[in-house]
Amino acid sequence: MPDLRNYTLNFGPQHPAAHGVLRLVLEMDGEVIVRADPHVGLLHRATEKLAETKPFNQSIGYMDRLDYVSMMCNEHGYVLAIEKLLGVTPPVRAQYIRVMFDEITRILNHLLWLGAHALDIGAMTVFLYAFREREMLMDCYEAVSGARLHATYYRPGGVYRDLPDSMPQYQASPWRSAADVAKQNADRQGSLLDFIEAFTDTFPQKVDEYETLLTDNRIWKQRTVDIGIVSPERAKALGFSGPMLRGSGVLWDLRKHQPYEVYDKLDFDIPLGKNGDCYDRYLVRVEEMRQSNRIVKQCIDWLRKHPGEVMLSQHKITPPTRAEMKGDMESLIHHFKLFTEGYTVPVGQVYAAVEHPKGEFGVYLISDGANKPYRLKIRPPGFSHLAALDEMCRGHMLADVVAILSSQDIVFGEIDR
Amino acid sequence: MIKQGILFLLPLIWIVIKIVIVLVPLLVAVAYLTLAERRVIGAIQVRIGPNRVGLWGFGQPIADAVKLFFKESISPTAASRKLFIFAPVISLAPALAAWAAIPFQSGWVLANINAGVLYILAMTSLGVYGILISGWASNSKYAFFGAMRSAAQVISYEIAMGFALVGVLMAAGSANFTQIVLHQHGGFWHWYWLPLLPLFVVYWISGIAETNRLPFDMAEGESEIVAGFHVEYSGMGFALFFLAEYANMILISALAALLFLGGWLSPFEGIPGLAFLFAWVPGIIWFVIKISMFLFLLIWIRATLPRYRYDQIMRLGWKVLIPVTLVWIVLLSIAILTHLPPWFN
Repeated sequence: MPDLRNYTLNFGPQHPAAHGVLRLVLEMDGEVIVRADPHVGLLHRATEKLAETKPFNQSIGYMDRLDYVSMMCNEHGYVLAIEKLLGVTPPVRAQYIRVMFDEITRILNHLLWLGAHALDIGAMTVFLYAFREREMLMDCYEAVSGARLHATYYRPGGVYRDLPDSMPQYQASPWRSAADVAKQNADRQGSLLDFIEAFTDTFPQKVDEYETLLTDNRIWKQRTVDIGIVSPERAKALGFSGPMLRGSGVLWDLRKHQPYEVYDKLDFDIPLGKNGDCYDRYLVRVEEMRQSNRIVKQCIDWLRKHPGEVMLSQHKITPPTRAEMKGDMESLIHHFKLFTEGYTVPVGQVYAAVEHPKGEFGVYLISDGANKPYRLKIRPPGFSHLAALDEMCRGHMLADVVAILSSQDIVFGEIDR
Repeated sequence: MIKQGILFLLPLIWIVIKIVIVLVPLLVAVAYLTLAERRVIGAIQVRIGPNRVGLWGFGQPIADAVKLFFKESISPTAASRKLFIFAPVISLAPALAAWAAIPFQSGWVLANINAGVLYILAMTSLGVYGILISGWASNSKYAFFGAMRSAAQVISYEIAMGFALVGVLMAAGSANFTQIVLHQHGGFWHWYWLPLLPLFVVYWISGIAETNRLPFDMAEGESEIVAGFHVEYSGMGFALFFLAEYANMILISALAALLFLGGWLSPFEGIPGLAFLFAWVPGIIWFVIKISMFLFLLIWIRATLPRYRYDQIMRLGWKVLIPVTLVWIVLLSIAILTHLPPWFN
């Protein structure tokens, strides 16, 4: 009898379901996976090393590019670490703005995940629906920071600027009649907060729409229930965090258990899964979107009632206003120093973590007292999830690999860094 | 001698003309089906779809055809070149040849053969060879996966589909499509969809599986095996596979209309006022309307449902569809033996 060899399949790096640049070497027995070997590093951009060469504030923009679907949450982790080193706390209004945008980011991330997950399993319409809502949230990003993706909005000591009082309007064009444009602009008449509130009012119905297509769909259930099961013990041992951990039924959420910013003042629930399969992870993330919506609503209420500063006025770390610079020599010097050599931080090491949409996003910062980090280490949630892919995929079929991979919510920007 | 030659040639020329009359509208329909699919899915997905080329996007299929025609046809170095080029042809030919036995209206048929149903079954089964050969000849692992999946799928669903057709044969007592349609005379409630409802559903599901459409498109499985059997094809090779898939879609819809929805018969037959009101409508219009309905259903299903996994499709085929047809065939034969009105009296 001749030797039987397993079939080796190179899944990626150019593959529609590889979520970026994953190279997955699959050893297969027919359609059944014997071993899955993920190769990382194809999107390595040396973010950590680059951060060692420039002042603290200039690396905030790099953080956006780590997990490029939840931009502000990455910034948050980094900014939080610097603030811990400096020993400063931003104004409460800035904290609420940060929490609100963290949750908007969570919805953004989960929407993209939901669309991509459904698309990988073959239901393509959800993808377009999810992008319809993402468009609104992207507009919020744009209104507040000027950029739709890489915002660079959070700063040590607060956020870059206060929420705008007006929203940009659509203009009529040969392709869009004035009536269409008026419809599109209906929610954009007031401030950014009004716009976000209009979004939060309709969003739960939109989530219902996605759920109508998927949650009770027999094919969807056949494709996700009991696929890629991770027991609570294994989930902890493998270093899971975020929805992956909660999908397995472990109650752990940094927003509740290590509250940062104003999460302890807000009312929200943590959804938990039971079986730790793809379906539970799907349900957890869908429920998280609803909970995020709740948090955003509470933040809007608070922000409406409490106008005020959004940035500390310690000009050693935060820039003075343009108006101050024009008349005050001291401010001009502060501005110049800040934007050339930055600020120095005390010697020490800190670890700051946020509940990122994908899990625990941690930043470990060592400072030798200079104006740039001595060492920056990023703890991406996706890395340990991807490392468990082999364990989750064994014995499943090729089509399940795609479902499991997308249920992990992998983004290579953060894994390869 | 020359006169004899002409006499011999004349019917041949006449046949060729008839083939052209059938095929040209068919290919135009295929081209515009691609546009219809994109526009309908666009509407379902709250977007617009292609509307820039020509009026309402009507130039789009032509632009696509021109683009595909002028693209370079790349064949992989490791591929078996002859088979690689031959495979799309094998795929398309049966999809077109099957139309020979399809009657468009009473008497409007290329070949009014008595074994019409069998002929169609044979032709649709042949189509899978194109997929198998392309997967094998590409010498690519992804294409090979697609071919293997397709082979398994077609074998299982041929059986379910065959049984569903057996039901129709029993009910009509003939394998000739014209006879089958004429047997359904008498209005909407006399069509076979009602007495053969489970078979109709089984036929439709296996029809979707035969055409490799979502939710049964694992031979292509865009997000798993990229494009499956035609992953290595570009330009005209790809276009031929595409044509074959869409021609098959129309064929499956036409068969569903013929076998279960009374083909070219008017739905208002037997209803006093309406029957008279719509008597002037030619049968082919009803036939086209019924085909379009099924095509819309195909597109709608594609936009809505997720994809099955390979083993789940097999399970559905063997453990659900085939038993259902077997049971219903037994019930059907009882109904026929007892001359159950209004269908079998």
